[in-house]
Amino acid sequence: MKLRITLVAVGLALLLGLLTWGLIGKGDAGLKNGEPFPSTSLPTLPAGSMSSVADYRGEWVLVNVWASWCKPCRAESPALEEFNRRRGRQVAVVGVNTRDLSEDALKFMREYRIRYPQIRDASGDYSRELKTTGVPESFLVDPDGNLVAHYPGPFRDLEAVIDFAAPAFGGEPVERLGS
Amino acid sequence: MTRSVPAIGRSPLRWGAVAVVAVTVFAISLALPVATWLPFGPGAAPAASPEPKVSLPEIESEVMCPICGTLLELSHAPAAQRERVFIRKLISQGKSKDEIKDALVAEYGGQVLAEPEREGINLWAYAVPTGLIILAALAVGVSIVRLRRNRSGEDAEPGNSPDGPAGTGPDRGDDDRLDRDMARFDL
Repeated sequence: MKLRITLVAVGLALLLGLLTWGLIGKGDAGLKNGEPFPSTSLPTLPAGSMSSVADYRGEWVLVNVWASWCKPCRAESPALEEFNRRRGRQVAVVGVNTRDLSEDALKFMREYRIRYPQIRDASGDYSRELKTTGVPESFLVDPDGNLVAHYPGPFRDLEAVIDFAAPAFGGEPVERLGS
Repeated sequence: MTRSVPAIGRSPLRWGAVAVVAVTVFAISLALPVATWLPFGPGAAPAASPEPKVSLPEIESEVMCPICGTLLELSHAPAAQRERVFIRKLISQGKSKDEIKDALVAEYGGQVLAEPEREGINLWAYAVPTGLIILAALAVGVSIVRLRRNRSGEDAEPGNSPDGPAGTGPDRGDDDRLDRDMARFDL
């Protein structure tokens, strides 16, 4: 009888623990500013080698997560490419193409004349590591590889990108409301 | 002053133009019969497209939408539409179901398959349920055998035999208890 009670108590405790863990995990919505930015090595786009955000250690990096099927990604692409053209020496722009067909992604890059380097997160595992909630999302990473700012959603124009990357130019990041 | 107009009919330019036209017409007349049998020529029959080996619904029910976490057949997300276009293209190329699935894995990774691949750590996804089913079947089998053995054991006891002598076995115990109770209450 005692054994049965103990087993039931252990079962209930495990169930309660799982529920608590689930709730705590859900509350952990995104990466926190100041924590090391995940730097998994992934294939480049076009394919040919491997690369990661860690390759840019010592530089400010603007990481942009996108997909060709995402309409807001199309809307923000010219602003990002313009930012790369004007400020690329101060802030490296790195695209992370996620859960997309490689052919579609390459077509997108040709269409928007994207020149900044791209890595390909085919399965979406890296996006999950970045705790993104959708596309597009952008992150600003400092030269030590730590997250400085997060921007969920598309940049409306070049000014928005420059504002977001302000810490790289000695200013405060202008983050999107609600981020 | 009268201006001398060159006699066009006799101009070497005109003869040159006539020669060019004649050569062009001759060349076209030679090229036309050739063009009719060239595979991509104007008179060519359309190239036979390979016979489809599988249909879209057959694949849709076995692969996932890359962003929705549901089967492709249940999703209408833009990413799912692109995945369908990709699958249709491979079907029209005459690819088999396995070839199409391999191509999808190459594009999206192994998670695109609704059923995990039967290799590596994914084998546990098949081994664990199979093992549990075998264990459950064994447990049921052993229980049935024990139950039968117990029943046959009970039946074999002399007191339980319908033909056995009265007042023996458990029945005899009951009789004794009844006697004791009756004696106690002076009945």
